[in-house]
Amino acid sequence: MSSWEPVIGLEIHVQLKTRTKMFCRCETSFGLEPNTRTCPVCLSHPGALPVANAQAIEWTIKFGLAVGCKVAARALFARKNYFYQDLPKGYQISQFEAPLCVGGHLVVPGPEGEREIRLNRAHLEEDAAKTIHVGGVEGRIVGAEHSLVDFNRGGTPLMEIVTEPDIHSAEEAKRFLQLLRQTVVELGISDAEMEKGTLRCDANISVRPAGASELRTRCELKNMNSFNFIGRGIEAEIERQKKVYASGGEVKQETYDFDAASGTLTAHRSKEEAQDYRYFPEPDLVPYEPGPELIERLKAEIPESPGVRLARLESVLGYETALKLVMGGLDGLYEKLVGEGAEAKAVANVLMNELTAAGIEPAAVNPSELAKVIKERSNMQRAAFTDAIAASGTDSFAAIDFISRGAISDTSELEPLIERILAANPGQVEQYRGGKEGLLGFFVGQVMKETGGKANAKVVSELVRAKLCS
Amino acid sequence: MASAIDTLRLTAEAAMGMIERGETSAEELHRAYLDAIAERDSEIHAYLKVVEECQGSGVPIAIKDVITTEGIETTAGSKILAGYVPVFDSTVAAKLKQAGLPALGKTNMDEFAMGSSTENSGYGPTRNPWDLERVPGGSSGGSAAAVAGGMAPWALGSDTGGSIKQPASLCGLVGLRPTYGTVSRYGIIAFASSLDQVGPITKTVRDCALLYRVIAGRDPLDSTTVELPTPVELPEARDLKGMRIGLPREMNEAEGITPGVKAEAEKAIELCRELGAEVEECSLPLSIEYGLACYYLIAPAEASSNLARFDGVRYGHRSKDATSLIDMYERSRDEGFGDEPKRRIMIGTYALSAGYYDAFYGQAQKVRTVIAREHAALFERFDLIVSPTSPTVAFKLGEKTHDPLAMYASDILTIPPNMAGLPGLSIPCGLSEGLPVGLQLTGPQFSENVLFRAAHALERALEFDFVPPRLKGESR
Repeated sequence: MSSWEPVIGLEIHVQLKTRTKMFCRCETSFGLEPNTRTCPVCLSHPGALPVANAQAIEWTIKFGLAVGCKVAARALFARKNYFYQDLPKGYQISQFEAPLCVGGHLVVPGPEGEREIRLNRAHLEEDAAKTIHVGGVEGRIVGAEHSLVDFNRGGTPLMEIVTEPDIHSAEEAKRFLQLLRQTVVELGISDAEMEKGTLRCDANISVRPAGASELRTRCELKNMNSFNFIGRGIEAEIERQKKVYASGGEVKQETYDFDAASGTLTAHRSKEEAQDYRYFPEPDLVPYEPGPELIERLKAEIPESPGVRLARLESVLGYETALKLVMGGLDGLYEKLVGEGAEAKAVANVLMNELTAAGIEPAAVNPSELAKVIKERSNMQRAAFTDAIAASGTDSFAAIDFISRGAISDTSELEPLIERILAANPGQVEQYRGGKEGLLGFFVGQVMKETGGKANAKVVSELVRAKLCS
Repeated sequence: MASAIDTLRLTAEAAMGMIERGETSAEELHRAYLDAIAERDSEIHAYLKVVEECQGSGVPIAIKDVITTEGIETTAGSKILAGYVPVFDSTVAAKLKQAGLPALGKTNMDEFAMGSSTENSGYGPTRNPWDLERVPGGSSGGSAAAVAGGMAPWALGSDTGGSIKQPASLCGLVGLRPTYGTVSRYGIIAFASSLDQVGPITKTVRDCALLYRVIAGRDPLDSTTVELPTPVELPEARDLKGMRIGLPREMNEAEGITPGVKAEAEKAIELCRELGAEVEECSLPLSIEYGLACYYLIAPAEASSNLARFDGVRYGHRSKDATSLIDMYERSRDEGFGDEPKRRIMIGTYALSAGYYDAFYGQAQKVRTVIAREHAALFERFDLIVSPTSPTVAFKLGEKTHDPLAMYASDILTIPPNMAGLPGLSIPCGLSEGLPVGLQLTGPQFSENVLFRAAHALERALEFDFVPPRLKGESR
């Protein structure tokens, strides 16, 4: 089979965590009693009018500025017309011409270096209500006895981000989305949790012969609710399309759901004709013109982009570790500790394991003191190290108190103990000498056990190795 | 005491004076109008719903049924909303309450304000108090007929393409379509959002100014509203000295203007000169040629979207025979909407469709800009422009119901300034065939005070009697 290049574009919906809805002043909510956060506006009673949420507009602009979008001088809302029970007006207020943000990009680190994924736009719209189908199969409308609609979610602000078809692998799509999520979380504009549906992603996927520049028929993949499912779903769709072409077939434009449990794709009922949304400018709202002061204020509020930090860490630690540090909000402390001369991987390990396990707030840590502890780790008793981490978030934390709690490094004290342990485990000694060098850890562990963790591990392992080689 | 109130002749201002002086009470006034309704409305049918209880301390008022009133059935003249009782007040209804004006009831109208005769109501037509064989105009025909028939001292209407000015003209009353954005649309059941405006229908220009003062102003619930640049003034003027009046040739010589209407308008214009105005001919060629066509793309396009919410899901009519969601939409809307909304939904859907948008809706928006510019240029030379309001006097019921285009042409003179967002005032200026002729005064944005002054001076000089002769016997 010749080689194929996947071409992927993402459409992402981010629910903004504003206090109130996009076009009315109902509280935004999650998991409350159905239809308790509604009013004439979000229920679309006759005569009710929308008033745009200024916070949501500002946050969308802030996102746009953070990813290098061009912010519209005069943005327009538009009506997207279609009938559905979760859409009480019969149209969704969205943006079509003149969205708030155009262009921009995210730089995504990957195995072959950084890749720039361009954004087409970021715009603001209102979320639909939630439908619950009762009596059918798996909550689907087909075969349902009746449907219930909960309008609590209806009208919640959604920022829609559309990428250019710049993504060329499932892994890259996943990384892009992780970085995007981190960006909106750090901007403080969304919780962006896929399980809660506050971050949703659809993917448009096609494949083409490697090296070609054409765009072939694409399929849409919907309802993927975790980063892993997105990776697997896209992978499955790429494979499906390759097979279709390999067998001499043609890919039809269709929409699929990815079922994570079975790893299979199910096609939606194909629409006989394309939907015509009859977009036109929303006459109930006036054009929005952000002033230069607003833009300046928002720019000043934007922190350093997680992408830049991720790239910096990735070259030293690899993507997965770098991502964990950035997503855990640990990368700031990491950089300070490394700056104090602590070794990078050791720092990463301490932060992701001991510090996180101890529930220490990274911002509370005095980096120069913690760096000393990390540097001395191998010379410290395990208990002293653990105690040091536990105390690292306090004001009075001083490395010296823990480092000076001496470990047993005295060979005259350790040697008899080691000899006793070797004598008690002749089988393991035999195996080690036969080439199973991994058993070194076993012996060191025994020594630590005997000393209650107080032995200097480095000294012990040197002594054990020497004895076994003799 | 109630028998002493002559509801046919009493103006709102005079009624206000009577209450202030303790000569009557709000309850007594309200009762007097309810009596008049009981006496005359069975043949006129101005009201869809009457409010028996007097809630307020001021002069009672009739409210067009497109205006949402909390706890009072509001149908916009459509069967699809039969039985719909709003849970909230429109901003204008709330303002009436704040001003202490008790509601007399909800007035009949063309369904969703789509029409020029009130014959498109889902609840039967309203008749013109001047001649029961004739229409009161529309779509605010119920409000106009209520005031002309002495069944309300004043009323609120709404105007999209002429729905206040035209019925005011056909019923011998004063009607103001305010500058777009000066009166809140919150709670007004939308027809065409970029054109809809609520305004007063009254017996006198001063009543009109008084009511406009009550309802105008920025509303945080309607993003398209603005604060009035100057407060509303009660007009006192007796002459038109220094006033520059333009006579757009195309609006005064348009095809379809009857000789009788033309003659009465010309007499009124002559009177303007006598009152000291400088009157000069001018031209609005593009506005008149393209205004109507442009309107009949933009208004239906917006309507097709605005009327989508009537889907049978949350309120209003739901078909009992539906077998699926789509089937429920189709049947509910088919059963609930009358012919005219259906016609406009189809036109509007078409005008917005992919492949047609640029040629229709997009092009119409561009023409709209041209119309606004053409008017703006005239107002560099004139304080206001004048023409007949309607090309004809009130026509007979059934005369135009089978010819939608002839019906649409009723609004040929009121639509162009509406497309430009401009305020327009219609005042009665004479009779033709024994029926009232209206004169339309149009000014630049926010020129309501100028319109009131000019119209007040003219009104004094014209001495038009707003009581329909056939009811004069009943005048007490």
